[in-house]
Amino acid sequence: MNYKKISLILSLMIIIYVPSFNQKSVEAFSPQVIQHGAVGDDVIELQARLKHIGFYTGPIDGVFDWRTYWALRNFQYEFGMEIDGMAGQKTKEKLVKATEYNEQEVKQNMYQTQKPKQNQQNKQNQQAQGEQKQQPNQQQQQTQQPAEQTQQPAQQTGAVNVPQGFSQNDIKLMANAVYGEARGEPYEGQVAVAAVILNRVNSPTFPNTISGVIFEPRAFTAVADGQIYLTPNDTARRAVLDAINGWDPTSNATYYFNPETATSPWIWTRPQIKQIGKHIFCK
Amino acid sequence: MIRSILIAVLAIGIAGVGYWGYKEHEEKNALLIQAENSYQRSFHELSYHMDLLHDKIGTSLAMNSGERLSPQFVDIWRLSSQALTNVGQLPLTLLPFNKTEEFLSQIGDFTYRTAIRNLDDDPLSDDEIKTLEQLYKQAADIKDELRQVQYTTLENNLRWMDVELALATQEEQSDNTIIDGLKTVEKKVTEFAEGDEGSAFMEISTKDHEFKNVSGEWKDEEQIRNFSKDLFSIKDNVNIVVTKSGEGADVPMYSVSYKDGKSVYMDITQKGAHPIQILVDRPIEDKKLSLNDGLIEAEKYLKKFDYQNMIPLQSQQFDNVGVFSFVYSQDDVRIYPDSMVLKVALDNGDILGFNAKNFLMNHNKRNIPDPKFTLEEARDMVNNNVEIQEEHLALIENDLHEEVLTYEFLGTMNDETYRIFINADNGAEEKVEKLSGTETNFEVNM
Repeated sequence: MNYKKISLILSLMIIIYVPSFNQKSVEAFSPQVIQHGAVGDDVIELQARLKHIGFYTGPIDGVFDWRTYWALRNFQYEFGMEIDGMAGQKTKEKLVKATEYNEQEVKQNMYQTQKPKQNQQNKQNQQAQGEQKQQPNQQQQQTQQPAEQTQQPAQQTGAVNVPQGFSQNDIKLMANAVYGEARGEPYEGQVAVAAVILNRVNSPTFPNTISGVIFEPRAFTAVADGQIYLTPNDTARRAVLDAINGWDPTSNATYYFNPETATSPWIWTRPQIKQIGKHIFCK
Repeated sequence: MIRSILIAVLAIGIAGVGYWGYKEHEEKNALLIQAENSYQRSFHELSYHMDLLHDKIGTSLAMNSGERLSPQFVDIWRLSSQALTNVGQLPLTLLPFNKTEEFLSQIGDFTYRTAIRNLDDDPLSDDEIKTLEQLYKQAADIKDELRQVQYTTLENNLRWMDVELALATQEEQSDNTIIDGLKTVEKKVTEFAEGDEGSAFMEISTKDHEFKNVSGEWKDEEQIRNFSKDLFSIKDNVNIVVTKSGEGADVPMYSVSYKDGKSVYMDITQKGAHPIQILVDRPIEDKKLSLNDGLIEAEKYLKKFDYQNMIPLQSQQFDNVGVFSFVYSQDDVRIYPDSMVLKVALDNGDILGFNAKNFLMNHNKRNIPDPKFTLEEARDMVNNNVEIQEEHLALIENDLHEEVLTYEFLGTMNDETYRIFINADNGAEEKVEKLSGTETNFEVNM
């Protein structure tokens, strides 16, 4: 019995020990532990390596999603390692030993499908910009576009994390509404407006979709006067993400108003929760 | 004399016409925005409904009992008819939207037929499951295409009214991006798979639990001010604004806000000074920590507030911020209502957000009975096509907002991951969810 244990420990030690001589393994991944939800180059490498060895069959998109998670667990199971679904030092070394990874090729493949489409996008933008000459109200966007595009190649992955149940477009639409309604407000005031939209979606007395709530006639002044079509800034987007992830500075408010400009006396009869910035939030 | 009167009359006339014209113009613009808003609403709702539809069909594939399937099919049927209405409200008579409409009526027919029959006596046949799988794939295609066009319209600020105006003025229709975009919706079959939907980080409990177990002494504003000063390591506590909540609040609390380079916001209970939620906003530098490092920081923070037995449930990276959710674990049972979320900056590990609302609202010492069903028996209740990967005991809030003890199974089927809760007392299928949380990066894929 003892012999077996010792030999097992010895063999484990060898497994741990040997790769530390092997410089290649250290160069491959960065030293971080990769876990579910992570995004970036290490995930691309992880997916590519798992794919190479047949455990992962999904697209290499640089986001550690459930498919990657199960693939990694299967790998750990097959190779007799602790099954925790995280790529720590040991797992990474095993992977490096068992598989090959050609970073350039993989990344090229990842972007290949996207390149022709990007050209298409440029064309579309040119078209859009051509049209904009007749539409001065869209100018803001014109200045924004090139900046965004130059940023693109650096860190883009083929997929992104989104909060469950939401699309990037839902976030954008809400960011538009929040920016139109509360761009001058403090950060928590913007989160609060986003939270009110979500509280309304969950409330039985309002429409059940984000777009339904936002575009409900006479619900938001920014929608009625067209301010919703301004291009939102990053703060509004972050505020929306926080609200979607559960932050609600309003404590379940479904109404808010600006006491200086509110015209309806009815709104004053609602039980008030608190004031954030210029807005009073109520039930 | 007559000349000057004439000039005056003319001037008044011109001014009047000008004013009238301006009013007309304003009215026209207001109406344009109104019309634009209703088109936008229909379109965004359509893509949302398609998304939801795709998700619901996917979930129904993993369901087993007629008791769950029938209401699910009714729901799909309802959604398909709502989506059809959305299509009908769009100014798309000139556009080929046939594929979407056809799909919607197909799925409507199918779910109606199956929903009205007794699925326990007469379960889905293999052919029907195949049809359902096919519809699921189709739904994914249409959903992806719609989401892509939606992205384009949002990104480029495209307006439906421009199309309408062009038509109204009979102008030659040169390349109009919105029409072009929508035409490709019908043609393009994208190869990428995408899935979102599922459960949010925070399960929303609709029942009002009243923070029953929030304990401690009542604090006054000065004490809260000092507490915040220490918590956020603020030097001077003069600029900390503390306000009391009004009568509409669920629980008496103070709201703390402070601004100096970064913006800090906190809701904290008046009784016991438990932070309900904290939000810190500041510019975030380049990412230096991994998501895993962030998790370790989050766990440290929970220890600091003496929250014991919290187990990490989910983690996600958004830009350079990690978001982590935790649930309370009592005797190895995951207590889903007692959840918390933390947000960690991945540049230096600062805690940017903390949300213990659900935990404070729901947490108490529960008496958890022994399950009547064994794990094996519960596993038999799960759809055979689902390959079970992980299992736990879990306490969840069901559709009736009662807390029930369940077996939680994480399983895979056709590359999707599902979470299935089987009641540990009677074997009922309490909840089936499709998990995901990633989406194709439209910015790259455009």
